[in-house]
Amino acid sequence: MKIRFTPEQEAFRAGCASWLQQQMEGPFADIRGIMSQTFRADRRLEWERVLGQARWSVIGWPEKYGGRDASLAEQVIFAEEYARSGAPGRVGHLGTELAGPTILHFGNDLQRERFLLPIAKGEEFWCQGYSEPNAGSDLSNVRTRARLEHGPNGPEWVIDGQKIWTSLAQFADWCFVVCRTEEGTKGPAGISYLLVPMKQKGVTVKPIRQITGDAEFNEVFFDGARTKAEYCVGNPGEGWKVAMGTLAFERGVSTLAQQMTFRNELERIVEAAKSNGAASDPLIRQRMAEAWVGLRIMRYSALRMLSRATTGSLGGEALTYKLHWASWRKKLGELAMDVAGAPGELCVGEGYELADLPYLYLFSRADTIYGGTNQIQRNIVAERALGLPKEARGDR
Amino acid sequence: MQFSFTDDQNMIRDSAREFMSERCGSQQLRHDLESAENFDPSLWQTITQELGWAGLSLPESVGGSGLGMVELAIVLEEQGRCLYGGPLLASVGLASAILLECPQAEAREAVLARLASGEATAALAITGDRGLAGLDAIDMTLHEEQGGLRLDGVASFVLNGHVADVFVVAAKDQRAGRSGYAVVAVDTTVSGLRVEKKLAMDTTRPYARLTFESVRDVVLLAADVDGRTIERGVQVAQVALAAEQLGAMQAVLDLTTSYVSQRVQFGRVIGSFQAIKHRLADMMVICEAARSAVYYAACVVDEYRADPVTHAQELAEAAALVKVHCSAGFHDVAGNAIQLHGGIGFTWEYDAQLFFKRARATYNLLGAPVVHREHIARLMGLDDDKEVA
Ligand SMILES: Cc1cc2nc3c(=O)[nH]c(=O)nc-3n(C[C@H](O)[C@H](O)[C@H](O)COP(=O)(O)OP(=O)(O)OC[C@H]3O[C@@H](n4cnc5c(N)ncnc54)[C@H](O)[C@@H]3O)c2cc1C
Repeated sequence: MKIRFTPEQEAFRAGCASWLQQQMEGPFADIRGIMSQTFRADRRLEWERVLGQARWSVIGWPEKYGGRDASLAEQVIFAEEYARSGAPGRVGHLGTELAGPTILHFGNDLQRERFLLPIAKGEEFWCQGYSEPNAGSDLSNVRTRARLEHGPNGPEWVIDGQKIWTSLAQFADWCFVVCRTEEGTKGPAGISYLLVPMKQKGVTVKPIRQITGDAEFNEVFFDGARTKAEYCVGNPGEGWKVAMGTLAFERGVSTLAQQMTFRNELERIVEAAKSNGAASDPLIRQRMAEAWVGLRIMRYSALRMLSRATTGSLGGEALTYKLHWASWRKKLGELAMDVAGAPGELCVGEGYELADLPYLYLFSRADTIYGGTNQIQRNIVAERALGLPKEARGDR
Repeated sequence: MQFSFTDDQNMIRDSAREFMSERCGSQQLRHDLESAENFDPSLWQTITQELGWAGLSLPESVGGSGLGMVELAIVLEEQGRCLYGGPLLASVGLASAILLECPQAEAREAVLARLASGEATAALAITGDRGLAGLDAIDMTLHEEQGGLRLDGVASFVLNGHVADVFVVAAKDQRAGRSGYAVVAVDTTVSGLRVEKKLAMDTTRPYARLTFESVRDVVLLAADVDGRTIERGVQVAQVALAAEQLGAMQAVLDLTTSYVSQRVQFGRVIGSFQAIKHRLADMMVICEAARSAVYYAACVVDEYRADPVTHAQELAEAAALVKVHCSAGFHDVAGNAIQLHGGIGFTWEYDAQLFFKRARATYNLLGAPVVHREHIARLMGLDDDKEVA
């Protein structure tokens, strides 16, 4: 058991840190430290491309797909330095963290050749087409349908249906769509995992305004939308396994970058508390310490999880991870708002614009919902890790 | 960076688990609690002589195996699972942690050698009757008299003090021209020392209260102005204690999981009710977080020992962190365990109460979470720049 990095790895750290610092103090100073996912989107997309060109976007991927074949330790280091530099949240994360790893792992060579490099270079952006109006926690209830048609362009999937809560669909070139390809099937059977181009006639994106006032997520309507027959990941009808695999990638190295973002948020709260006097309130101090403890532990659990991932098995720390961080961040949001005090209730600027801490407070309410709600996570922990009986279904 | 056990560490874990579960199950525990020692001396003999756990983490120069805190934590975790009451934690986890902070001198090596071989056990005496944490809690004084030393005062909450052969004592240094704190070793047989066994709410492990009246037979191990020897030693001890808490909280979670998988109400096992599943899931989150924290902190201790100057701050942070999380977490998990058992959880017969009481006792030991959170608040820099304002 070893927690230190080698001198070579520390040298690697210095290398990424200085590149990132140059970018964040120079050409991208204007987007440093942005919290919202959608704010200054054009510049954020440009940043993705610069990351890609410099091969810093997906360093763990093979070199031929735009990565650096970086070791786990190097990926950890880069993630930490990324956040330390104040670089903004990755608008491309649905491609780099979800679509890409899924295609790398479950896709075939044709798909890998077609899709990976554009993701790595920041040339194509992705969104996640899972949730539907009647399929949220119960994802296997999806109704969106696709059928294979032999038209003038060869065999194609034709897709009809609706997705909802689709984050960043307004910027996306592609969507990975979980849909039903076998008539009359129910539940996980008969589902396929299709890669569908967004910029086409049969796809309509309608933004949904969120609690924060932003519109990061959308409704996506598929109305005879088309994609090539070969853009199905895994065998047709066996997409459920792939869909679940994608969710497992959320527990990857990106969690470390996310944590460093959390660390930056906690630091902002500390600064705010010091400047407005909340830092001397004994109860606030206790909660600050509790937040710090939870954050540190998150890092240790992530290192455990990643160390174990190299051996291929999933431990208790991995199954409990989402529940830990989501609950932690919601509490952090509450702490942020309490530190901000009454002035935090007021908008800043012209429209519905909130200061950072109140924004964090509102946004953190989503953490226990997306990526599997806390209730669903608890079911997973209880059933898979503790071996307790499965939930009964009402309809099957 | 490879934050997982090595093959050797896995082997230590497996053999410790096997040994402890075979030799120290619930029945044996109940039997031990009725004895004067609160543990089985012959089992302790096996632990020290055959398994060599007393010397596991002590330096080879004193006859130990020279392994680190990670290995000690592994064994303490397994002992915690069984709520073992023997002296490993008190002697090696706590007392030796302070000894190893004292300057390396013949007297210190002699004490450590006795502990490593299992010939003697030590107990740590650093707090007075109020049981507070930190240097202010010390109710002992060291004076110089007729060219020798004289120790007076009271030390309470001395874990396993009722069986210890030697006490590692923290005292206020009041010798002429001195200030600060001293660490001394005192054999249990010296004249002027009275040792009272104190029954505690936690029946799994009693405390002792020590009264020193002009005790002259004192071996000085360290004297420093700022009390750093004691503070750092206690930080290391917190990690050892947390490892034991981790084992116990995992065990009470396992106990509860197996109970709810069998108990039937309303025609179904109660473990199929979501209210119960979800609470168990939350308990598991706490346990897994504790596991991450304990082993990370154990690694920090090993690094600190290799290079104290570089890693002192990190040790302070890690020690506070594990103490906060494992103390509050164990208490939560054990409390929930009682609830999920219903009436039987409230009985003397059933083990849930033993875990709950151990949780409570270790909550305060070496400082309650509230105290350590305040340390953390300071380490986080919440008070920096205050003078300026
Ligand atoms: C900010 C944000 C971004 C998102 N981005 C995307 C995206 O990009 N792509 C995408 O596909 N989806 C996305 N989602 C959707 C998200 O995955 C779903 O909201 C989530 O899975 C919950 O589904 P639901 O909204 O239908 O709620 P429901 O499933 O209807 O849940 C409602 C409540 O019931 C509880 N509940 C449901 N089932 C159970 C059960 N078995 N036991 C106990 N309680 C239960 C839930 O925990 C919840 O509290 C996003 C959501 C948010 C908030």
